Order: sequence, then structure tokens, then C-alpha cells
Amino acid sequence: MSILKDAISAQLGGEVQFIEGYQHPARTVYCSVPREKFVDAAKAMKKAYALLVAEWAADETPLGRGYAIFACYRWGHEYLIVKTEAPAGAPEFPSLAKQFLPAWRFERQIQSLMGVTPLDHPDTRPWIKFEDWPADAWPLRKSFDSSKPLPRVEGEYQWIKAEGEGVYEIPVGPVHAGIIEPGHFRFQAIGEDVLNLEERLGYVHKGIEKRFESLSWEEGARLAARVSGDTTVAHGLGYCMALESMAGCDVPERAHWLRALFLERERIANHLGDIGAICNDAAFAFMLYQMMRLKEMLLRTNHQLFGHRFIMDRVIPGGVAADIDPAGREAVLSELDMLSGDFERLVVIYDENPSLEDRVRNTGILTPEKAREICAVGIVARASGLNLDCRIFNPFPPYDQYDRLELGVPVMITGDVHARTWVRIQEVRESVRILRWILEHLPSGEIAAPCGTPAPDKAGFAAVEGWRGEIIYWLQSGPAGEVNRCMVRDPSSVNWIGLEQAIHGNIVPDFPLCNKSFNQSYSGHDL
Amino acid sequence: MNLYPFAMEILQVLILLVVGPVFVGWVRVLKCWAQGRSSAGLFQPYRDLRKLFSKDVVLAENASWIFRFTPYLVFGTAVLAGGIIPILSTDLPLGATADVIVLVALFAIARFFTALAGLDIGTAFGGMGSSREMTIASLAEPAMLMAIFTMSLASRSTSLSHMAQLVMSGQSVMRPSVLFALLAFILITLAETGRIPVDNPATHLELTMIHEAMILEYSGRHLALIEWASMMKLFLFTSLGIAVFAPWGIASSADLIAVGAAFFFMLLKLGVVGAGLVLIETGLAKMRLFRLTEFLGSAFLLATLGMLSYFILE
Repeated sequence: MSILKDAISAQLGGEVQFIEGYQHPARTVYCSVPREKFVDAAKAMKKAYALLVAEWAADETPLGRGYAIFACYRWGHEYLIVKTEAPAGAPEFPSLAKQFLPAWRFERQIQSLMGVTPLDHPDTRPWIKFEDWPADAWPLRKSFDSSKPLPRVEGEYQWIKAEGEGVYEIPVGPVHAGIIEPGHFRFQAIGEDVLNLEERLGYVHKGIEKRFESLSWEEGARLAARVSGDTTVAHGLGYCMALESMAGCDVPERAHWLRALFLERERIANHLGDIGAICNDAAFAFMLYQMMRLKEMLLRTNHQLFGHRFIMDRVIPGGVAADIDPAGREAVLSELDMLSGDFERLVVIYDENPSLEDRVRNTGILTPEKAREICAVGIVARASGLNLDCRIFNPFPPYDQYDRLELGVPVMITGDVHARTWVRIQEVRESVRILRWILEHLPSGEIAAPCGTPAPDKAGFAAVEGWRGEIIYWLQSGPAGEVNRCMVRDPSSVNWIGLEQAIHGNIVPDFPLCNKSFNQSYSGHDL
Repeated sequence: MNLYPFAMEILQVLILLVVGPVFVGWVRVLKCWAQGRSSAGLFQPYRDLRKLFSKDVVLAENASWIFRFTPYLVFGTAVLAGGIIPILSTDLPLGATADVIVLVALFAIARFFTALAGLDIGTAFGGMGSSREMTIASLAEPAMLMAIFTMSLASRSTSLSHMAQLVMSGQSVMRPSVLFALLAFILITLAETGRIPVDNPATHLELTMIHEAMILEYSGRHLALIEWASMMKLFLFTSLGIAVFAPWGIASSADLIAVGAAFFFMLLKLGVVGAGLVLIETGLAKMRLFRLTEFLGSAFLLATLGMLSYFILE
């Protein structure tokens, strides 16, 4: 029984083929449709109220096929992946940009990096790839030789223009005054009112997806942990879970629980930092220093117990590489007592300061309608009324014990800076509770199982709730069982569009506050 | 010829140059403590200035003479203002020739050239900062004149020395008009010296800046002079407030002991004002830009109320 499966069958009838051979976690449906029906499939999904999760292409020439284009949809707990093929001689596919807004950038990215053209796409400018690359350099294709330097060519990015009396442009970045990642924001403004904001990203493109293809499966886990440094646990976990689903690896119960422990510690640390940074952008520095103090406490405990401040490389294929002993358990529990005590006092200060409240309320509103339209995920989605959380909808142990764990997912509908901050505050509380619960009920046993390598021509898929939101990994093995393609979709890939929408109707000096409340990853987006 | 007033004049300027950065250091130290962290010490502003002075100046290619001239002008007006405001002594030769209107005009000249310099190099941030600064100026300057005029009504003079002497002689203490004017003056000082909740002197966020946005392109000794001048500006506004509203202790006779006592009282008052400033800055977030009009509007209203209450009640 699957809503999405029924919806696509009803629309396309016999033309959709369900594929069983690819191994996936339960509830992920996999099907292929003819190229000309790709848009019809999207329409059926739209009608069924599904959201687009990701769209990507894979070069399947080593497997004796052409290019494959995938679109992944989500409805509640169900994932449906629609595949269509384009022959190597005619690398084109019909664009979904008119059905699903995030396809806009996904498809520009496919065009830029894989050289497969979305037909009827309204925007043919490159994305992530820069103009000084030759137009026919498509790094994700198998024929691309990444060891050779590329010639530089001339070119200029065409920005969206706004004209009229009093309209002026403010280019910001890519290098910013603070210690943050590079990205370019271009504002068109009248006085202080923002007419339009256009983002341009890609400055930290490192060729990560291509790099996966030259690594072994085990090395891939280490690379995945470095996709976005602040989300190292969730990214490592996403990769490992996708790999385990392909290789048919059985992860021990205790390892699952420890993974959840790492994930929640990462969530708390990042949320603490974000709450402080949001207040600091409203010049309420007190909050920043207090929150950073709590975050630092957490990171030091991480280092002491697990050997790394951010718990990097502690999630490995088949399990985890760090365990917790009874003394460590006590250390975490007493740390949590101290943390939640201080945290609650700070929340009162945040909540009862009218000058701060005036800044964060009604600023940078992303309406629930727009959040749906851009298929937002994670904290951004939950602050705008979308009830999405992979820990509920796509759980691994211990999250699957709904009745015992009673995981609460905070959802706000106002979609402003305050909502995004408050969702974080609620999640910190919830994560502290989950951590205590995990430590209390942690099962004993092994912490890792041997993980084999996948069979040739298989695909693996995983969705993990990182602290920013849903992280998607899709892996495909080649003819010799090696990595043929690794697709990474950080929550930032969709949520960055939300920032462009949320700034409408705001004034220029409120942008940093809006931006900080989103706090999306540049690295995870640019790959 | 009596050399004492001139010696006082020189002494005041020296104190301005030396104590200005220390006062900013004091505010920062208190702020660090209020936020629960250790501070860099009272003398960090000196180290910052020394660092900037030892660096090269990087000039934009299209920078005109205005851009190069402005730092010296801003610094010069700040030093000159130190000769007008009775910091230690009311017996100032410059104080007799320049009254409070001249003082406001001096600050306005510095502001005018800073805004021009922000526009001069043609970056988006500079223009944005200049535009915001002039918005503030157009609201703050009338309010400031109003507040000071309320005080000068009692002394029937716009000379700061006269006003200070009158208050010290006890003829003009804690009247309703003074309280209104004082409140207005505090609000204006926050705006004029670019403190929270109006502007954030410590921010790195270009899009939110007001004063810092105009001087983003400055470097080396130019930046050092501007920074030094803005430290002096905080000191000057504080001294102005002290001279007008709480001048007790300022020397009115040519007496070395009185001058020493005046210096001691000055430090004491600065310490208290710094603590008050830190309380405001730690407890408040920065306002939305367009709330500024309400903020400065209420400053103007308070000053006007002060003036009205002088005529009605006194």
C-alpha cells in the first residue's frame, strides 16, 4: 500500500515499470518511465501532494546504458524515485521546473556538471559551474579527465536586473567580513526596501561528487563526513546507511543507538551556536557568548569521550568507531543537567527581552505556502508549518520506538526569524531528553559489523535528519561493484531558495538576521 | 598675560587624546564582564591604534582628495571640540569664542565629510552608510540643539562655561526642564556615538552598519585617525553631558588643587557613565533601522517638553 505508487500507476498506467532489483530501505519505491512521460509522472506526484526531494543524473555508460535522470519525491514517510533514461547520443530530458520549483536549480546543476540538457527550462545559466570553465567541460561525466587542468575561457554571469528611478544594486560577497563561507548575494533595493535578492553559489565547489567515484566504499565514508563540517555526523551517517542498504549489511542495535547519540549531540551543539548567532546579529551579544560557552562544553566532552570535537569519522560503514562506557555515560548525564539548567535560564532571557523580540518577530517570513512550493526541509520547513522529520518518517533504531521514545517535533506556522529560533530551542530540549533516554536504555552488544561491498549495478538510498534537515544520499555501484555515482543532497540545496523568498518585503539591514536564521551550508550545497 | 587658561586648554586636549581610548577600553572591559567573559584590558584601544598606525594605507584607485582629507578633518574637529567643552576647567579662552552652536556645527562638519568620503569611493556600502548617517543626523542634530538650549535658557547664554558655572552655583538643580533635557541628551548621545540600540560598533555585518559602513574602505593611519576620533567623540559627548548636567567638580578657579580634584571627579563620572552605557548596551538588542525615527523623535519631544516646562513651571 503506497499512496505515491498508486498515484503514478493511475496516471501512467502500463508505461511505468516498478523496479525491484535495486535494494532500498523499506517504503522506497523505485520505478522507471519513458522520457516523454517524465513530466507526466511529476504532475501525478504534484496531484498527490508529494514534494520533490532531489533531482539528479547519473552517467551509466560503464553499465552499457546512456544517462539516467532521477527525480525523488516524498509524501509523508514514502519516497518514490522516478528514473528516466537519455541515450548518450541525445543527452536531453524534459524539465520539471514548471512543476516543482527546486527542480530549477537541480536541473541547472545537471546541465552544468553532467551536460544533460533540461528541455524547456526557463533559465539556462550555469549553476555551481563558473563561466571561466569551457562550456563543454562536464566534470560528472565518465569521459571527463579530472587530472588535467582546464583552459580558462571568457564569460560573464547574467544577473537579473531591476531598473527604475532610485533602484540600486548592492553586491555582497563572495568574501564576507565574518568568518563564514563564500557566497554572493545581489540585492536590488529602493532605499532600504529589498526588491529582489539573487543568490549565486558555487564558490566552494570542490568536486566532491566526482571524488567519490575514485574512492573505495570505505574511503567514501570519510569523504562524506567532510561534505559539510558542521554536519559531519549526519553526512557520514547518510552515506553509511545508503551503503548498508546496498550491501545488505546488518548494523548492530547498539551501533544504531550510538549513531542516534552522536546525531543528537551534533544537533544540540549546532542549534546552541545558531541561537546565539541569531541574537548576536541583532547586536544582543550576551546570548552569543553564553550559548558558545554551552556549545564549547559539549564539544569538549565530545573530544574527551569520542576523540573528536565534532565526532567526525566515528560513524563507519557497518556501525560506529567509538563506544561509551559507564563513566562516559555519567559524564554526559551530569553535563546535560548543567546544560539544560543554563539553557533554560537563557531561553527566558531570549523570550522576555522586548527589544530582541521586536527584531526577530515578523522578520524574514517564509509563508507555509512558499515553504511547500520550494519543498523546504528541516528547521526551515518546521518553522513554516511543514511537519517533516526523518526521525519520525524514516526512522532507524531507537527512533522507531515511537511509543517508548515519544519524539516531539516542534512545528511553528509563522515562518519568521523567531519561529526558526524557537524551533531550534524546542529541538534542543527534545534532543536533551532523547540523549538521556538513549543513555538510560542503551542496549549492549557489538558496535560494528563487517560490511561487505555491494554487487554490481545496485543503488542505495538513505534519508537522515541532520540538524539542518533531511540529508539524502543516493549511491550506485558500477560494473565491477565500485562507486559509479554518489549523489549528495544537503538540506541547503533546497532551503537556500527559501532565503530568497523570505527576504521579500524586508529591509536591507535585516538581511543578516534572516540569513543567520536559515544558516544554510555553502559547502554542502556547492559540493 | 595670564597663561593659565591656555595651559588648561592644552591640558584638556591632552586628556582628551589620552583618556578617550581608555574610556572606550573601560566600556569594553565592563561589557566583557557583563557578558561573562574575560576582557582584553583597559589599554587594548591603544594597541589597536598602534597596529593601525604601523600599517600601510591602501587607497581605492578612484579616491579623491576628499577621501584622503577626511580623516585629518575628523580628527581635527574632535581635538578642537576638546578645547570648547569644559572638561577640567570652565576658564577656557576657546570656550569664550565658541559656544554650543559652534560645537554642534563642528560635529556636523566631521559628519558631512565622513558621509562624503563614504560616497567618494563609490562602493555600495559607503553610499548606504552615508544615507543612513544623514537620516540620523537630520533627526539628532535638532534634538540635540533643543536639549542644550533648554539648559541655556536658565543661564541666558549658549556658552558652555557659563552653563556649567550656573549649575555649579546651585541656581539650576533638578528642575523638570533639566530632567527632560537630560533624558533627551542620553538618547541623542547613543545615536550620535553609534552605540546599541542605534548602531553596533562591534559588528562585522556590512549590511547593518551605519557609521562603520562609511569608513569600510579606510585603512592604516587614516583608519587609526578615524577610530581615534570616534573614541574621542564618545568621551566628548560624555564630557558635554557632564559639563551641562552634572558639572560639580570642574575647576572654576586657577588653582592646581582644584584642577587635580576636577580630574579625579572626571574619572569618577566617566566610570559611572561607562557602567550605565554598558547596562544599556548589554540589555538591549539593536533597533530595526526604521525605529530610529521614533527613537530620535522621542528625544526631540523630550527636549521640547523640557523647554516648555521651563516656561510653564519655572
